[in-house]
Amino acid sequence: MPFVTSATLARRYDVIVVGSGAAGGQSAYTLSLEGAKVLMLEAGRKYDPESETPMFQTPDQAPLRAASTPDKRFGFYDATVDGGWEVPGEPYVQTAHDAAGRFDWWRARMLGGRTNHWGRIALRNGPYDFKGHTRDGLGFDWPLSYSDLAPYYDKVEMLVGVYGSNDGLENTPDSAPGCLLPPPTPILSDLLIAQRARRLGVPVIAGHRAVLTQALDFNTSPARLHPGNPGAQQLIAADMQRRAACIWATPCSRGCSIRANYQSTTVHLPPALASGNLDIVTDAMAHEITLGRHGLASGVRFIDKTSGKECHAAARVVVLAASACESVRILLNSRSARFPSGLANSSGKVGRYLMDTVGSSLGGQIPLLESLPPLNEDGASESHVYTPWWLYREQLAGKLGFARGYHIEFGGGKRMPGLGTLAGIEWLTGGSYGKKFKEDARRYYGSFVSFDGRGEMIPNKGSYCEIDPQVKDKWGIPVLRFHWKWSQQETRQAAHMQQTFKAIIEAMGGRVNGAAQTDGAKAIQAGGSIIHEVGGAIMGKNAQTSVTNRWGQTWDVKNVFLADGAVFASNADKNPTLTIMALAWRGADHVLDLMRRKEL
Amino acid sequence: MDRRTTIKWMLAASASMPLLQRPAAGMDSVAAAAPAQGRGYGTDPDLTRIYHSGDLWPLLLTPAQRRTAGALCDLIIPADAVSPSASAAGVVDFLAEWVSAPYARQEADRSVILDGLAWMDAEAIRRFGREFATLEEADQHQICADICSEQNAQPAFAQAAKFFARYRDLTAGGYYSTALGRKDLQYIGNVPLKSFAGPPLALLQKLGLESGTDRARVTPGET
Repeated sequence: MPFVTSATLARRYDVIVVGSGAAGGQSAYTLSLEGAKVLMLEAGRKYDPESETPMFQTPDQAPLRAASTPDKRFGFYDATVDGGWEVPGEPYVQTAHDAAGRFDWWRARMLGGRTNHWGRIALRNGPYDFKGHTRDGLGFDWPLSYSDLAPYYDKVEMLVGVYGSNDGLENTPDSAPGCLLPPPTPILSDLLIAQRARRLGVPVIAGHRAVLTQALDFNTSPARLHPGNPGAQQLIAADMQRRAACIWATPCSRGCSIRANYQSTTVHLPPALASGNLDIVTDAMAHEITLGRHGLASGVRFIDKTSGKECHAAARVVVLAASACESVRILLNSRSARFPSGLANSSGKVGRYLMDTVGSSLGGQIPLLESLPPLNEDGASESHVYTPWWLYREQLAGKLGFARGYHIEFGGGKRMPGLGTLAGIEWLTGGSYGKKFKEDARRYYGSFVSFDGRGEMIPNKGSYCEIDPQVKDKWGIPVLRFHWKWSQQETRQAAHMQQTFKAIIEAMGGRVNGAAQTDGAKAIQAGGSIIHEVGGAIMGKNAQTSVTNRWGQTWDVKNVFLADGAVFASNADKNPTLTIMALAWRGADHVLDLMRRKEL
Repeated sequence: MDRRTTIKWMLAASASMPLLQRPAAGMDSVAAAAPAQGRGYGTDPDLTRIYHSGDLWPLLLTPAQRRTAGALCDLIIPADAVSPSASAAGVVDFLAEWVSAPYARQEADRSVILDGLAWMDAEAIRRFGREFATLEEADQHQICADICSEQNAQPAFAQAAKFFARYRDLTAGGYYSTALGRKDLQYIGNVPLKSFAGPPLALLQKLGLESGTDRARVTPGET
């Protein structure tokens, strides 16, 4: 009975996993396939990608041509339901509303969380990314090295399916043989960007995304994923064969009913449920971790949203995987005589060192790409290629004025026309209308490129969250209050991005749309807008300066683990999801190990 | 459009007065008289059904407004040898859905669009004594020529040019997001493929992108 209710819970589980996204999905997968009895609590509703994904729908079939609205921030067909930067009935408090000080908190209240809609960009952190403080004196080192996590990156890539190539570039790790799927052929604008960027010394290599460019290797991978566990090998081999390869159409952000990309609901949860060891309760809003005898966690108190009643589930171990800020909120709301300022918070560090990704964008129009013949450039939706950070030497020599790097994602191609495709082109047409406008539309369609910089933010004391003393959500649970600050490390980086993008556009013979921003404070996007928030319960070397050890195990309560981005001690330019999954797998292995040794 | 707004715009159009501020939504325009009805589609709509204009909220455009809207969007996207006009692709229904929607962005557009359509008629009457939709095409062009470029419009027409720019964006968005619009632009995606080939070799050669032997290879930078 995989999907259960608050009334049909088992009396006790080995592990409760709070959250069902990248961290929760990976934790539940690893634990249940290795034999632990697991309960997953998900705050949102049950979600079935196979029947709910709008594959092939066109904008004219949606309200408002599928435009973004407050109900669907990324447009009507985005996979997210019951989510966004605002969730009805679930407020949070911002201490500042200006672009420099605001933090907007994205949540997705649905089974699988954000993994249903994410961009599937799956980059590994490199060796430098775990040892930033040692390298340049800023931020924190992680209590583990790249080599500790590399085997788990390999496993995650084999399990979920990631395309990419091994290029041997600095701090941009190669995968072990047999891990990566072949990358898709670049689209036309990718090749032009690559040619012209290269002339500027900017590398362009294959993107890394969790999309099946071909079927997974169900013959070889299962034994590498679950050595010594033939039952798990059989389960995952069977499930790998049920996933189809990409059909090169219909955007990944809608989700994928044929399971050709990674989302927790199509990759982690089906085999975990098939193991018979996983129960899931949806509409279960976790409120606090309860403390039992000997100072150990006894379980999780949650609101059954279908009845509004408070319920309790019991387990030997609790794994928080609710997303960085939600896991922090649960810890801070778990108050007791022993932990008056929140569970596992003797360091006072819970909520501290929140980070997002530095984001800045610029677009341009490229005459060489005008009036092209028809091309199907849907491809794998995005990022067939990208630019990894390349100025390590100049940066270390102090030549750039900011300490950490960024990578570049490209937009371009003859995408399915939508509401914005030919909007705002007066700067090119001089204001044409009538037959001339139709000719202009044919000429300019497909000739636009865009550049998104994604850079590292260094943790600072001004970016944190805490419990607001007054405001509660509709369930009566106290909410978070956010404080946010960028330093010059980030704003200078954003300004550098703008100049790089401008240089590439001009090297392509193109024109910048608008102007490249020279003021980094204006170039940088507001906190939370890239939706890569991590930190808040960072891992470290000791109990005074960090919340967890290198396994995500809290220093204060040994049977409470954090599996999500909350434990990140730095936020490399690499998108966090692959690292979250690798850490979650590694943490779950450690939980299993401790349980086998009866230490939990 | 109420009388005060009409007079303001008329003054702005006929005598080179300084640019007037756009009336705030819901305060000084027809939008105040006809607020949107109902709520949005919520945070958990059915993503797989097909929606039509008017399914989710009542449409606010009057027959007269629809007439003006249709004439103007067909002036922006007329029929030609390749494809039909905007109204033939359902753009008026889309515009009606858009300006009637209960969301802040659409409510802001509602006052811009409805005031703008009223201005078009008022201006047509001022210049030619008839509503915009009934004018000869040459007369319609005479008005649009003054407002089709925000950058080049005389100060007297700045307000109307702002409306026209927004109206053109919505018309183009409404048009090219339909099957007819996709066909016009020769969009050939959104179909399942066995493999992804990438651009044809001849095109790459024409653009000087590859010698042809290793077109899939993307090499790192030189430094």
